Amino acid sequence: MAGPKRYDPAVMGKKLTMDKSQGQTLKRLLGLITKKYKLSFIVVFLCIIVNAVVSAASALFIGNIIDDYITPLLKMSVPDYSDLISAIITMAVIFLVGIVSTLSQQLLMVRITQGVMKGVRDEMFDHMQTLPVKYFDTHTHGDVMSYYTNDIDTLRMMISQSIPQLMSSVINIVVYLIMMFATNVWLTLFVLLFVAFTLLISGKVAGKSGKFFVHQQKALGEENGFIEEMINGQKVVKVFNHEERAKEDFDKLNDSLCDTSYKANKFVNILGPINGNLGHLQYVLIAVFGGILAISGLDPTLTLGVIATFLVSSRSFSMPINQVSQQAGAIVMALAGAKRVFDLLDEKSEEDNGYVTLVNAKYENGNLTECKEHTGIWAWKHPHEDGTLTYTELKGEVKLSEVDFAYVEGKTVLHDITLYAKPGQKVAFVGATGAGKTTITNLINRFYDIEDGKIRYDGINLNKIKKGDLRRSLGIVLQDTNLFTGTVADNIRYGKLSATEDEIIAAAKLANAHDFISRLPQGYDTELLENGANLSQGQRQLISIARAAIADPPVMILDEATSSIDTRTEALVQKGMDALMKGRTVFVIAHRLSTVKNSDVIMVLEQGRIIERGTHDDLIKQKGQYYKLYTGAFELE
Amino acid sequence: MIKKLAKSVREYKLASILCPLFIAGEVTMEVIIPMVMAKLLDEGINYKNAAGEVVGNIQSLWQIGLILVGLVLVSITCGVLAGDFAAKASTGFARNLRHDMYYRIQNFSFANIDKFSTSSLVTRLTTDVTNVQNSYQMIIRIAIRSPLMMIFSLVMAFIISPKLGVIFIGVLPLLAIGLLVIMKFAHPIFMFMLKTYDKLNRVVQENLRGIRVVKSFVREDKEREKFGEVSDDTYRLATKAERIIAFNMPLMQVCIYGVMLLVAWLGANLVVGTGESELTTGELTSMFTYSMQILMNFMMLSMVFMMIVMSRASASRIVEVLDEESDITDPKNPVTEIKDGSITFKDVNFSYSKNMNKLCLTDVDLSIKSGETVGIIGGTGSSKSTLVQLIPRLYDATSGEVLVGGLDVKKYCVKTLRDAVAMVLQKNVLFSGTVRENLKWGNENATDEEIELALKSSCAYDFVMKMPQGLDTYIEQGGTNVSGGQKQRLCIARALLKNPKILILDDSTSAVDTQTDAYIRNAMKEYLPKTTKIIIAQRISSVEHADKIIVMDGGKVIDVGSHEELLENSEIYKEVYSSQVKGVEQ
Repeated sequence: MAGPKRYDPAVMGKKLTMDKSQGQTLKRLLGLITKKYKLSFIVVFLCIIVNAVVSAASALFIGNIIDDYITPLLKMSVPDYSDLISAIITMAVIFLVGIVSTLSQQLLMVRITQGVMKGVRDEMFDHMQTLPVKYFDTHTHGDVMSYYTNDIDTLRMMISQSIPQLMSSVINIVVYLIMMFATNVWLTLFVLLFVAFTLLISGKVAGKSGKFFVHQQKALGEENGFIEEMINGQKVVKVFNHEERAKEDFDKLNDSLCDTSYKANKFVNILGPINGNLGHLQYVLIAVFGGILAISGLDPTLTLGVIATFLVSSRSFSMPINQVSQQAGAIVMALAGAKRVFDLLDEKSEEDNGYVTLVNAKYENGNLTECKEHTGIWAWKHPHEDGTLTYTELKGEVKLSEVDFAYVEGKTVLHDITLYAKPGQKVAFVGATGAGKTTITNLINRFYDIEDGKIRYDGINLNKIKKGDLRRSLGIVLQDTNLFTGTVADNIRYGKLSATEDEIIAAAKLANAHDFISRLPQGYDTELLENGANLSQGQRQLISIARAAIADPPVMILDEATSSIDTRTEALVQKGMDALMKGRTVFVIAHRLSTVKNSDVIMVLEQGRIIERGTHDDLIKQKGQYYKLYTGAFELE
Repeated sequence: MIKKLAKSVREYKLASILCPLFIAGEVTMEVIIPMVMAKLLDEGINYKNAAGEVVGNIQSLWQIGLILVGLVLVSITCGVLAGDFAAKASTGFARNLRHDMYYRIQNFSFANIDKFSTSSLVTRLTTDVTNVQNSYQMIIRIAIRSPLMMIFSLVMAFIISPKLGVIFIGVLPLLAIGLLVIMKFAHPIFMFMLKTYDKLNRVVQENLRGIRVVKSFVREDKEREKFGEVSDDTYRLATKAERIIAFNMPLMQVCIYGVMLLVAWLGANLVVGTGESELTTGELTSMFTYSMQILMNFMMLSMVFMMIVMSRASASRIVEVLDEESDITDPKNPVTEIKDGSITFKDVNFSYSKNMNKLCLTDVDLSIKSGETVGIIGGTGSSKSTLVQLIPRLYDATSGEVLVGGLDVKKYCVKTLRDAVAMVLQKNVLFSGTVRENLKWGNENATDEEIELALKSSCAYDFVMKMPQGLDTYIEQGGTNVSGGQKQRLCIARALLKNPKILILDDSTSAVDTQTDAYIRNAMKEYLPKTTKIIIAQRISSVEHADKIIVMDGGKVIDVGSHEELLENSEIYKEVYSSQVKGVEQ
């Protein structure tokens, strides 16, 4: 579910003003539009000019029809309508041009808007796939989702409405300003003064509303957060008879939201009437004082006819100005959205300087050579600086020496980790939550990069291996299963896109998932709902194990893979897992010691350090932490 | 539906009525002001002397000018007041709606909550209410304003010249039909587009959530492909729908320009033909203004109409919540005292869908004495949680009886019953607030000593004291700043503070290591000796010392007995035991 609309309060507060970074955002946005749609955009611009001309022509026509055509007609004894007819036909043609240009403008804008939106959307997703895991760990999903929903939507509003309106407003303002100056300079200066006064007042009102909008967004955020939290915990509320308190707390937030949003809306609502009526006032002032000036003859250029025309153009002049001032808020908001989108696009991609790749290989005369066909043997292809190539067979040997790591600089979570997993060995990590078990596996598949020390994979420095190839050689089953919408078969196939139906069934059988899948209403073709909501936790886990099995990697990481499965089912899964683990290097993280007991080596971690290591029997003999945990589990008094 | 929603207007009725009244005033001014302005022009500036020369008239200028200023002041007052009342009424209405829904939800039973799902309840309380709030403001402002303006202008047009007024009788239906046709074509595509939007969001969401899977299987390209497909679909549909909508403006222009030319031609003929006796030139000028106003307001009205139609879905989703009746309520003469912590299940059957063919619990008969410790063990899906949720009446048995303290749970006051039964849910939550605040959920009046004792009993004391602010450490929403095991221990402490007659732990120590688990069990024995304790667990070690162990499978109670008895008689128990203990006893 997308979160509540997120406005950046800091930006909301600025209203009407644009700072440098917003200018840059606007420039980049316009660049985005003109890059792909230069021609369309120019045509749109022309259409807007045409429309401005047409609407000016229509104002002129209405203004002059009486004086130029009807009054002369009234004076004729036999009215000759031919002048009027030709004027009307001319206007009809002009209007037709206007309509056609509006239609083309609208159609082109659809193309530009949707095209830019799609471009941005695709680029965002495309770029997001290259971001390091760290990005996803440090940004909430709700925030990222809102880039795709709210922010792209404000972008749409901006491109399809604000920008064209801004352009036409500016054109209108310029045209009428020129017309006004041509009619009378002094009156024009008076109008400008009055417009400045209007802007000052509406700026004040808009500023007030902006301030309360910030408060409203904050109150809304608080209330939405409260609702989300309480409704999610509603069952706990019931169990603790906490309803009355929950109501009290809710009412407090609800009242303050109502209060701020009332104030924010009030100022927005009154902006329109104030602007409109100040326009009326301007009209009256010009008419009265201009009229008096003209009648008293103080300014000989100022005739009553001049005032009449001036009145019309001054009204047309204030209209687009009011429009711009009312659009300003929306534009500032859209720019904030655009900035967030650009920030995502500017986020640094996962670095990959690896050049060692994974290839199919076969032995020829005892030498490992590369081949196209799938042989079941994989090799690391290692180009050297002198242009030679060496091939190393993929065996799954992993070596960590003196590794230190910190997620946040200065807060080291792994200290001096050294371990050696021979091909085919099962290495287990045991320890409390936060001891650093998962972190070690995050380093092996390079979700994160080590700070100090060395990791070697089949003798090759991990950093030299291309990330994609490295990860392809590692299978992973996580505690959170994360299945995708689609059929059961699709989900298993995720591990190997080219898998045949038989391979899928074989993998499911290996993971002991075949039985329950066959019992599903549509078997392998059963559609999974939201992350497999129609399956039990254990069933989801079995599918994710099958998904890892089909990829057939030499190294497996099982991170609490069976902790959500009850022990009876686990016994079944364990069989499949054992089959899966055979002949592979396996890293197991588990709470239940029964799952790790048969490991070749068990590492006991505490606060990022390995405090004990050895086989199960060794550790029992040591009578250390492992022994305590193990015996505590069964309490053999 | 409207009746139901209208109930939430309450104290904002006055504002809701005053707003349209002031809007009416504003509209009146907006109609009058241009007329007086025309007068100002005619009698002030274009005033002709007897010889027909334009000389102007200062006196009229002053008079009419002052009248206009007065009118503008009235108009501004009306506009500001209307805006104020509109804001007050709509935000107040939204406040009441949220209030009513939230209070309603507080009365919901577990079954009601399940029916709606939490995320949909959140959307209803937030997005849907905002939609309705906006529509409400639209209705009391524009839905009054536009028709009023339109009617005023139409009346004026007809007063000035009935002959010219006929034009609108022809044009308005044409415009309406045109708009409807556009809507009719665009609407289904829009609906379709919204669905692909959902799909697009889902792909992003799944990608975000499963990013580790995507990266470890190196499936970035497949994800791009998936996203690209939906993105293309969305683009295609959105373009198609908006292309149709793009005809709105040109259609409007056709009407406006058409009317303008018609008025010009017919008006000119009328003026000239009758020698200004039926229509004066000044009147013709105002005719143009009124035509514009009629058509513009018609357009506004059609937009408002569309908004209302779109918010109808939100409104009906709100009403659904308001209409939902809680299926667990207090009986007529509720019993408010619970004798002891004994529990009996008599022939209990249960189904979430109340369908006797889809039972989750079948023929459960159990009796648990007050003060006993009972373990429940069984595979996932064996309905262990369902069984215990019947005890505090989180759900009602579909058939049969559940007795607590010798009395059917349905006879107790729900609050009394739940106060006596503390339950640590499997999916447990901490709320944002300090550790102390969270624990006080169990007992609002708990002293620090009581809190510390509870923390010690649940093995949480040490780590809480190690936290930067101890009991005053702030817990983030969802308890993200404590580990899974710490969260479970805090939840247990919270339940202990209730000092309940019955304590139920539903798999509440799964993230706690076995040593701590054992310690907590012992502490509970000391801390709550008289309390009936029910422990659901995966680990045999968590239940083996219980007075009684219940083995469940497929919604049925298979075996009941002590650890030793079950090891003798229960196949399932033996199987679970050996899978967990295998190898240790060698």
